[in-house]
Amino acid sequence: MTELAEHTTPADPLTIAGRAFESRLLVGTGKYRNLEQTRQAIEASGAEIVTVAVRRSNLGQSPDEPNLLDVIPPERYCILPNTAGCYTAKDAVRTCRMARELLDGAGLVKLEVLGDEKTLHPDIPATLEAAETLVNDGFDVMVYTSDDPIIARRLEQIGCVAIMPLAAPIGSGLGIQNKYNVLTIIENASVPVLVDAGVGTASDAAIAMELGCDGVLMNTAIAEARDPVRMAGAMRDAVRAGRNAFLAGRMPRRRYASASSPLTDLPF
Amino acid sequence: MAFRLHINGEEQSFDRSLSVLDLVERLGLHKRRLAIELNGDILPRAEYAQTTLADGDRLEIVHAIGGG
Repeated sequence: MTELAEHTTPADPLTIAGRAFESRLLVGTGKYRNLEQTRQAIEASGAEIVTVAVRRSNLGQSPDEPNLLDVIPPERYCILPNTAGCYTAKDAVRTCRMARELLDGAGLVKLEVLGDEKTLHPDIPATLEAAETLVNDGFDVMVYTSDDPIIARRLEQIGCVAIMPLAAPIGSGLGIQNKYNVLTIIENASVPVLVDAGVGTASDAAIAMELGCDGVLMNTAIAEARDPVRMAGAMRDAVRAGRNAFLAGRMPRRRYASASSPLTDLPF
Repeated sequence: MAFRLHINGEEQSFDRSLSVLDLVERLGLHKRRLAIELNGDILPRAEYAQTTLADGDRLEIVHAIGGG
Protein backbone atom coordinates (compact mmCIF):
# COMPACT_ATOMS: atom_id res chain seq x y z
CA MET A 1 0.00 0.00 0.00
CA THR A 2 2.85 2.38 0.74
CA GLU A 3 4.09 1.87 -2.81
CA LEU A 4 0.70 2.93 -4.14
CA ALA A 5 0.82 6.10 -2.08
CA GLU A 6 4.08 7.07 -3.75
CA HIS A 7 2.35 6.94 -7.12
CA THR A 8 -0.56 9.21 -6.29
CA THR A 9 -0.71 12.29 -8.50
CA PRO A 10 0.95 15.26 -6.84
CA ALA A 11 -1.18 18.25 -6.06
CA ASP A 12 -1.40 20.44 -9.14
CA PRO A 13 -3.25 23.56 -8.12
CA LEU A 14 -4.46 26.31 -10.42
CA THR A 15 -3.31 29.53 -8.77
CA ILE A 16 -5.16 32.73 -9.60
CA ALA A 17 -4.30 35.98 -7.83
CA GLY A 18 -2.52 34.03 -5.10
CA ARG A 19 -5.43 31.68 -4.43
CA ALA A 20 -5.02 27.97 -5.17
CA PHE A 21 -7.82 25.90 -6.69
CA GLU A 22 -8.01 22.17 -7.17
CA SER A 23 -10.37 22.27 -10.16
CA ARG A 24 -9.32 23.67 -13.52
CA LEU A 25 -12.88 23.78 -14.79
CA LEU A 26 -14.70 27.07 -14.27
CA VAL A 27 -18.40 27.16 -15.01
CA GLY A 28 -21.14 29.66 -15.65
CA THR A 29 -24.64 29.64 -14.20
CA GLY A 30 -26.67 30.90 -17.19
CA LYS A 31 -29.26 29.12 -19.34
CA TYR A 32 -30.23 26.40 -16.86
CA ARG A 33 -33.84 25.30 -16.58
CA ASN A 34 -34.05 26.28 -12.92
CA LEU A 35 -31.94 26.84 -9.81
CA GLU A 36 -32.05 23.17 -8.80
CA GLN A 37 -30.59 22.11 -12.14
CA THR A 38 -27.98 24.86 -11.79
CA ARG A 39 -27.01 23.53 -8.37
CA GLN A 40 -26.77 19.93 -9.54
CA ALA A 41 -24.73 20.76 -12.64
CA ILE A 42 -22.27 22.97 -10.74
CA GLU A 43 -21.89 20.25 -8.13
CA ALA A 44 -21.25 17.58 -10.79
CA SER A 45 -18.70 19.79 -12.57
CA GLY A 46 -16.51 19.93 -9.47
CA ALA A 47 -15.87 23.60 -10.27
CA GLU A 48 -14.77 25.91 -7.48
CA ILE A 49 -14.91 29.15 -9.47
CA VAL A 50 -18.41 29.94 -10.71
CA THR A 51 -19.42 32.92 -12.81
CA VAL A 52 -22.53 35.01 -12.27
CA ALA A 53 -24.02 38.06 -13.97
CA VAL A 54 -25.10 41.28 -12.27
CA ARG A 55 -28.54 42.60 -13.16
CA ARG A 56 -31.21 44.94 -11.90
CA SER A 57 -33.32 43.44 -9.12
CA ASN A 58 -36.98 42.93 -9.96
CA LEU A 59 -38.79 45.43 -7.74
CA GLY A 60 -42.04 43.49 -7.68
CA GLN A 61 -40.63 40.17 -6.52
CA SER A 62 -41.63 38.29 -3.42
CA PRO A 63 -39.08 38.57 -0.60
CA ASP A 64 -38.77 34.80 -0.36
CA GLU A 65 -38.15 34.11 -4.04
CA PRO A 66 -35.08 31.85 -4.31
CA ASN A 67 -31.83 33.48 -5.21
CA LEU A 68 -28.89 32.14 -7.23
CA LEU A 69 -26.47 32.75 -4.37
CA ASP A 70 -28.61 30.54 -2.13
CA VAL A 71 -27.76 27.53 -4.32
CA ILE A 72 -24.20 28.68 -5.12
CA PRO A 73 -23.22 30.06 -1.72
CA PRO A 74 -20.18 32.39 -1.70
CA GLU A 75 -18.99 30.63 1.45
CA ARG A 76 -18.47 27.48 -0.61
CA TYR A 77 -17.71 28.73 -4.12
CA CYS A 78 -15.45 31.45 -5.42
CA ILE A 79 -18.01 33.68 -7.15
CA LEU A 80 -16.69 35.29 -10.31
CA PRO A 81 -18.99 38.13 -11.41
CA ASN A 82 -18.86 38.91 -15.10
CA THR A 83 -19.51 42.05 -17.11
CA ALA A 84 -21.54 40.28 -19.78
CA GLY A 85 -23.82 42.64 -21.62
CA CYS A 86 -21.40 45.57 -21.32
CA TYR A 87 -20.41 47.24 -24.58
CA THR A 88 -18.37 50.10 -23.12
CA ALA A 89 -15.44 50.27 -20.71
CA LYS A 90 -17.47 52.57 -18.46
CA ASP A 91 -20.36 50.10 -18.07
CA ALA A 92 -17.95 47.23 -17.42
CA VAL A 93 -16.12 49.15 -14.70
CA ARG A 94 -19.43 50.19 -13.13
CA THR A 95 -20.64 46.57 -13.14
CA CYS A 96 -17.43 45.41 -11.44
CA ARG A 97 -17.84 48.01 -8.72
CA MET A 98 -21.42 46.88 -8.09
CA ALA A 99 -20.24 43.26 -8.03
CA ARG A 100 -17.54 44.03 -5.49
CA GLU A 101 -20.12 45.61 -3.18
CA LEU A 102 -22.48 42.68 -3.77
CA LEU A 103 -19.78 40.20 -2.77
CA ASP A 104 -18.57 42.05 0.33
CA GLY A 105 -15.43 43.45 -1.20
CA ALA A 106 -14.23 40.43 -3.19
CA GLY A 107 -12.34 41.91 -6.11
CA LEU A 108 -12.01 38.96 -8.50
CA VAL A 109 -13.93 39.75 -11.70
CA LYS A 110 -14.33 38.43 -15.20
CA LEU A 111 -14.00 41.40 -17.52
CA GLU A 112 -15.67 41.19 -20.90
CA VAL A 113 -16.42 44.20 -23.04
CA LEU A 114 -18.35 43.08 -26.06
CA GLY A 115 -18.10 44.42 -29.59
CA ASP A 116 -21.39 43.37 -31.14
CA GLU A 117 -24.33 41.11 -30.50
CA LYS A 118 -23.85 38.88 -33.49
CA THR A 119 -20.34 37.67 -32.65
CA LEU A 120 -20.02 38.67 -28.98
CA HIS A 121 -16.36 39.18 -29.82
CA PRO A 122 -14.53 41.42 -27.39
CA ASP A 123 -14.09 45.11 -28.15
CA ILE A 124 -10.33 45.16 -27.64
CA PRO A 125 -9.67 48.91 -27.21
CA ALA A 126 -12.49 49.10 -24.65
CA THR A 127 -11.27 45.92 -22.94
CA LEU A 128 -7.76 47.39 -22.56
CA GLU A 129 -9.18 50.64 -21.18
CA ALA A 130 -11.45 48.87 -18.66
CA ALA A 131 -8.67 46.49 -17.61
CA GLU A 132 -6.37 49.39 -16.84
CA THR A 133 -9.01 51.21 -14.77
CA LEU A 134 -9.95 48.06 -12.85
CA VAL A 135 -6.36 47.01 -12.10
CA ASN A 136 -5.65 50.53 -10.83
CA ASP A 137 -8.76 50.29 -8.67
CA GLY A 138 -7.43 47.10 -7.02
CA PHE A 139 -9.48 44.49 -8.85
CA ASP A 140 -8.10 41.06 -9.77
CA VAL A 141 -9.08 40.96 -13.42
CA MET A 142 -9.59 37.75 -15.37
CA VAL A 143 -10.05 39.02 -18.88
CA TYR A 144 -12.01 37.60 -21.80
CA THR A 145 -10.18 38.44 -24.99
CA SER A 146 -9.62 37.41 -28.59
CA ASP A 147 -7.01 34.80 -29.48
CA ASP A 148 -4.54 37.54 -30.51
CA PRO A 149 -1.19 36.89 -28.76
CA ILE A 150 -0.14 40.56 -28.90
CA ILE A 151 -3.31 41.70 -27.14
CA ALA A 152 -2.96 38.89 -24.61
CA ARG A 153 0.55 40.08 -23.78
CA ARG A 154 -0.65 43.68 -23.45
CA LEU A 155 -3.40 42.60 -21.03
CA GLU A 156 -0.85 40.74 -18.94
CA GLN A 157 1.39 43.85 -18.89
CA ILE A 158 -1.58 45.89 -17.65
CA GLY A 159 -1.76 43.51 -14.70
CA CYS A 160 -4.62 41.10 -15.45
CA VAL A 161 -4.39 37.98 -13.26
CA ALA A 162 -5.61 35.58 -15.97
CA ILE A 163 -5.86 35.81 -19.74
CA MET A 164 -8.93 34.14 -21.19
CA PRO A 165 -8.92 33.89 -24.98
CA LEU A 166 -12.05 32.63 -26.68
CA ALA A 167 -11.89 29.22 -28.36
CA ALA A 168 -14.74 30.28 -30.65
CA PRO A 169 -17.66 32.71 -30.25
CA ILE A 170 -19.56 32.61 -26.93
CA GLY A 171 -22.27 29.96 -27.02
CA SER A 172 -21.18 28.64 -30.44
CA GLY A 173 -19.87 25.27 -29.28
CA LEU A 174 -17.43 25.20 -32.19
CA GLY A 175 -14.33 24.22 -30.19
CA ILE A 176 -10.87 25.81 -30.50
CA GLN A 177 -10.66 27.50 -33.88
CA ASN A 178 -7.07 28.65 -33.69
CA LYS A 179 -5.00 26.24 -31.63
CA TYR A 180 -1.71 27.80 -32.66
CA ASN A 181 -2.68 31.25 -31.46
CA VAL A 182 -3.82 29.82 -28.13
CA LEU A 183 -0.52 27.95 -27.92
CA THR A 184 1.44 31.14 -28.55
CA ILE A 185 -0.55 32.95 -25.85
CA ILE A 186 0.26 30.12 -23.41
CA GLU A 187 3.97 30.18 -24.29
CA ASN A 188 4.20 33.95 -23.77
CA ALA A 189 2.19 34.19 -20.57
CA SER A 190 3.37 34.08 -17.00
CA VAL A 191 -0.19 34.29 -15.63
CA PRO A 192 -2.78 31.53 -16.11
CA VAL A 193 -4.34 31.21 -19.57
CA LEU A 194 -7.86 29.81 -19.67
CA VAL A 195 -9.94 29.11 -22.71
CA ASP A 196 -13.19 30.99 -22.19
CA ALA A 197 -16.12 30.48 -24.55
CA GLY A 198 -16.70 28.29 -27.56
CA VAL A 199 -16.20 24.85 -26.07
CA GLY A 200 -18.92 22.47 -27.29
CA THR A 201 -18.19 19.07 -25.89
CA ALA A 202 -15.77 17.14 -23.70
CA SER A 203 -13.10 16.61 -26.37
CA ASP A 204 -12.92 20.39 -26.96
CA ALA A 205 -12.13 20.89 -23.29
CA ALA A 206 -9.54 18.11 -23.37
CA ILE A 207 -7.86 19.65 -26.43
CA ALA A 208 -7.61 23.00 -24.66
CA MET A 209 -5.98 21.37 -21.66
CA GLU A 210 -3.65 19.22 -23.81
CA LEU A 211 -2.41 22.42 -25.45
CA GLY A 212 -1.33 23.56 -22.00
CA CYS A 213 -4.18 25.85 -21.00
CA ASP A 214 -4.34 26.31 -17.25
CA GLY A 215 -8.09 25.92 -17.24
CA VAL A 216 -11.32 26.12 -19.19
CA LEU A 217 -14.36 28.29 -18.52
CA MET A 218 -17.67 27.22 -20.02
CA ASN A 219 -21.39 27.65 -19.64
CA THR A 220 -23.48 26.77 -22.69
CA ALA A 221 -21.74 23.45 -23.40
CA ILE A 222 -23.08 22.19 -20.08
CA ALA A 223 -26.35 24.11 -19.78
CA GLU A 224 -27.55 23.32 -23.31
CA ALA A 225 -26.61 19.64 -23.23
CA ARG A 226 -29.59 17.29 -23.25
CA ASP A 227 -28.52 16.17 -19.78
CA PRO A 228 -26.59 19.08 -18.24
CA VAL A 229 -25.68 17.27 -15.03
CA ARG A 230 -24.14 14.37 -16.92
CA MET A 231 -22.30 16.74 -19.25
CA ALA A 232 -20.95 18.64 -16.24
CA GLY A 233 -19.37 15.39 -15.06
CA ALA A 234 -18.02 14.70 -18.56
CA MET A 235 -16.40 18.14 -18.62
CA ARG A 236 -14.87 17.62 -15.19
CA ASP A 237 -13.31 14.37 -16.44
CA ALA A 238 -12.21 15.88 -19.77
CA VAL A 239 -10.43 18.78 -18.10
CA ARG A 240 -8.65 16.39 -15.74
CA ALA A 241 -7.74 13.99 -18.55
CA GLY A 242 -6.46 16.81 -20.76
CA ARG A 243 -4.41 18.25 -17.93
CA ASN A 244 -2.87 14.87 -17.13
CA ALA A 245 -2.10 14.24 -20.79
CA PHE A 246 -0.39 17.63 -21.00
CA LEU A 247 1.68 16.95 -17.87
CA ALA A 248 2.50 13.42 -19.06
CA GLY A 249 3.80 14.76 -22.38
CA ARG A 250 2.38 13.20 -25.51
CA MET A 251 4.34 10.90 -27.85
CA PRO A 252 5.73 12.40 -31.05
CA ARG A 253 3.60 12.27 -34.17
CA ARG A 254 5.03 10.03 -36.91
CA ARG A 255 3.97 9.70 -40.45
CA TYR A 256 4.51 5.93 -40.58
CA ALA A 257 3.89 3.01 -38.26
CA SER A 258 6.06 2.04 -35.33
CA ALA A 259 5.37 -1.50 -34.13
CA SER A 260 4.45 -1.97 -30.50
CA SER A 261 5.50 -5.65 -30.40
CA PRO A 262 9.13 -6.69 -30.93
CA LEU A 263 9.99 -7.42 -34.55
CA THR A 264 12.56 -10.09 -33.54
CA ASP A 265 12.27 -13.70 -32.28
CA LEU A 266 9.14 -14.44 -34.22
CA PRO A 267 8.28 -18.21 -34.06
CA PHE A 268 8.45 -18.67 -37.84
CA MET B 1 -43.89 66.48 0.92
CA ALA B 2 -44.13 64.02 -1.96
CA PHE B 3 -40.98 63.28 -3.86
CA ARG B 4 -39.83 61.05 -6.68
CA LEU B 5 -37.07 58.50 -6.99
CA HIS B 6 -35.76 56.81 -10.12
CA ILE B 7 -35.24 53.16 -9.20
CA ASN B 8 -33.86 50.79 -11.82
CA GLY B 9 -35.09 53.09 -14.54
CA GLU B 10 -38.62 53.38 -13.12
CA GLU B 11 -39.97 56.51 -11.46
CA GLN B 12 -41.66 55.96 -8.11
CA SER B 13 -43.37 58.52 -5.84
CA PHE B 14 -43.13 58.53 -2.07
CA ASP B 15 -45.13 60.64 0.36
CA ARG B 16 -42.39 61.21 2.90
CA SER B 17 -38.64 61.08 3.03
CA LEU B 18 -37.06 57.73 3.74
CA SER B 19 -33.66 56.14 4.18
CA VAL B 20 -32.17 53.63 1.77
CA LEU B 21 -32.80 50.94 4.38
CA ASP B 22 -36.50 51.93 4.54
CA LEU B 23 -36.69 51.77 0.76
CA VAL B 24 -35.08 48.34 0.57
CA GLU B 25 -37.57 47.06 3.16
CA ARG B 26 -40.53 48.62 1.35
CA LEU B 27 -39.42 46.95 -1.87
CA GLY B 28 -39.23 43.61 -0.07
CA LEU B 29 -35.54 43.28 -0.89
CA HIS B 30 -34.12 43.43 2.64
CA LYS B 31 -33.44 39.68 2.85
CA ARG B 32 -31.44 39.71 -0.37
CA ARG B 33 -27.80 40.12 -1.21
CA LEU B 34 -27.79 43.39 -3.12
CA ALA B 35 -25.62 46.20 -4.29
CA ILE B 36 -26.93 49.72 -4.61
CA GLU B 37 -25.64 52.57 -6.69
CA LEU B 38 -26.91 56.00 -5.65
CA ASN B 39 -26.55 58.70 -8.30
CA GLY B 40 -23.80 56.71 -10.00
CA ASP B 41 -21.73 55.87 -6.92
CA ILE B 42 -21.68 52.64 -4.92
CA LEU B 43 -23.45 53.03 -1.60
CA PRO B 44 -21.84 50.67 0.95
CA ARG B 45 -24.34 48.46 2.77
CA ALA B 46 -23.27 49.89 6.13
CA GLU B 47 -24.57 53.30 5.03
CA TYR B 48 -28.13 52.28 4.07
CA ALA B 49 -29.64 53.24 7.42
CA GLN B 50 -28.07 56.68 7.68
CA THR B 51 -28.54 57.68 4.03
CA THR B 52 -31.71 59.71 3.50
CA LEU B 53 -33.00 59.86 -0.04
CA ALA B 54 -33.77 63.16 -1.73
CA ASP B 55 -36.17 64.12 -4.51
CA GLY B 56 -34.79 63.10 -7.90
CA ASP B 57 -32.24 60.59 -6.59
CA ARG B 58 -31.38 57.83 -9.01
CA LEU B 59 -30.82 54.33 -7.69
CA GLU B 60 -29.68 51.12 -9.28
CA ILE B 61 -30.40 48.04 -7.20
CA VAL B 62 -28.70 44.91 -8.50
CA HIS B 63 -28.20 41.29 -7.56
CA ALA B 64 -26.46 38.22 -8.95
CA ILE B 65 -28.23 36.05 -11.53
CA GLY B 66 -27.18 33.19 -13.76
CA GLY B 67 -24.57 34.06 -16.35
CA GLY B 68 -21.38 32.88 -17.98
